[in-house]
Amino acid sequence: MSLAEPAALPVATSAAPRLNVLKRFMERFKTSLPAYLLLLPSLVFLALFTYGAMGRVLIDALYQRATPKAPVRFVGLDNISAVLADPAFTGAVVNNLIYALGTAVPSIALALLFALALSRTRAVNSALRAALFLPVLIPMVAASALFLFIFLPNVGLLDYYIGRLLPVLPNWLGDPDIALTAIMVITIWKNAGYYMLFFLAGLQAVPEDVMEAAHLDGAGPYMRLRHIILPELKPTLLFVTVIATLNAVTQVDHVFVMTQGGPSNATNLVLFYIYQQAVEHYDIGKASAATLLTLAALMGLTALSFRTMANREGGP
Amino acid sequence: MKLIDTLWKDAPLATRGEITPKLGFALTVLLAMVWLIPFLWMGVATLRPASDGINTMAELMPSLKPTLDNIRDAWEIGDFPRYTINTTIICTGILLVQFVTITLAGFAFARLEFAGKTLIFYLFLMQLMLVPVLLIVPNLSLVAQLGLYDTLTGVMMPFFASAFGTFLMRQAFEAIPTELEDAALIDGAGLFQRIRHIYVPLSMPSFSAFAIISVTSHWNDFLWPLMVINSPDKRPLTVGLSVFTKTAEGTQAWGTIAAGTLMVIAPLLVAFLIFQKRFISSFVTSGIK
Repeated sequence: MSLAEPAALPVATSAAPRLNVLKRFMERFKTSLPAYLLLLPSLVFLALFTYGAMGRVLIDALYQRATPKAPVRFVGLDNISAVLADPAFTGAVVNNLIYALGTAVPSIALALLFALALSRTRAVNSALRAALFLPVLIPMVAASALFLFIFLPNVGLLDYYIGRLLPVLPNWLGDPDIALTAIMVITIWKNAGYYMLFFLAGLQAVPEDVMEAAHLDGAGPYMRLRHIILPELKPTLLFVTVIATLNAVTQVDHVFVMTQGGPSNATNLVLFYIYQQAVEHYDIGKASAATLLTLAALMGLTALSFRTMANREGGP
Repeated sequence: MKLIDTLWKDAPLATRGEITPKLGFALTVLLAMVWLIPFLWMGVATLRPASDGINTMAELMPSLKPTLDNIRDAWEIGDFPRYTINTTIICTGILLVQFVTITLAGFAFARLEFAGKTLIFYLFLMQLMLVPVLLIVPNLSLVAQLGLYDTLTGVMMPFFASAFGTFLMRQAFEAIPTELEDAALIDGAGLFQRIRHIYVPLSMPSFSAFAIISVTSHWNDFLWPLMVINSPDKRPLTVGLSVFTKTAEGTQAWGTIAAGTLMVIAPLLVAFLIFQKRFISSFVTSGIK
């Protein structure tokens, strides 16, 4: 805030300057009042559901909820250490890391391929873009309902058309070794078309004359991709990576519908763990501690990527 | 913004179409077809008579005797009319309040000078980073304390303020020439009159972009309404569909599941096919939802 103007003396020698400061403050407030009133509706809801929520997570994580036997009590970092010692949580973190990497990398690579292939204006490209974008629009719950049948053992779409070629028919969602990968496939299907849009937008920033010059100099497609397009797309790439990471932590609807975190916690993700602690085990302290750890990790990551973006000339 | 608007139909030939060799294009065509398979299956399975039996459920060739039985069954079993009404109420309610909050806040940031502007701007920025989905635990207890547990208002409330919308409107309002406002000032128009008669009408493209993003994302919301809503008759489409799927899965009624899924996603798909270009440009604008 720029309220503390340098004119304010460290020690007021008489009452007059202090009165002046007060008067100026009041004037400043008066001219600012319309703006505050316009911002008030938004700030009320932000205060309740964003800043307040942050504060409550912090407090809830430090307390043990009242039970029939004991009242609410301060437990300090106990909840946090309990969460960190819970194999279900650490398992979920590991799953989530695998899931984040296993969904972000393929979907970004595919999105880049799609964007490069479809950057040209043609009716057929328009139709192909629409086809690839459709999954973005549907709820994850609906996507899960469709993929439940695709992964259904024996009679499902996958086994019916491809599975018969395999020596053993896998139980896609029932096998702990495969279930997480199956879940990742849905996420890639759902998000690649979304990231494609950003690459399509990014491609428009590639200077046409540079491309032409490179072409005249005899640079082949690979050379132009490697030395002109990819460097130009770097900010987009970073931006999409951030979104893909956030999505990996916040999209868990398919886990609810398809696997409930199973089999044997193989598809348990952090947000699903938080939900389980809060709603199923009614342990708000543990749920808050897990939320706090996740928020801290995500905010650190976002800050880091923002700094990288700021260091570079112009982000998206 | 102009750049983005032209994206869907007239992307410039920045890559001259030569950067991806034919193989890359062929792969993309193949994958686009694979991408459509779940939708294709949904359509075919919806129209397939249950009498065909479970063993043909995976056939992607449409049945020769298509039936609407699955749609009727899903409609009756799942109470989809009720779910549709609930989702519509939620999306409309959120959007209407958002329109008010983002217009007012966007105007303040775009046109007014006030003490603490930077600080308050950063407070808004924080909401973009704080990923609301992760704050469901504290927000659920707040909604309960406010007496809004198991109400549609409780589902809507956390989204009434939107930092993204505020930034979008700020940008739109800043692009409007101040001369227009000065003229209105001379005519003696008050603050709200200026917003209503100058800023709002001239920012319609931004409002519609925001509406598309807001409705799409809340139409698809699942986890938050799942936690807030308890009564079956207050479920939105997504929660209704998940319960419906669970029930129908047990009876292997895949045709009805397909029909139910179709009903949930049809409105947005139809809207997309009609307003493709607008959807695409709104999604690019949104970045982080």
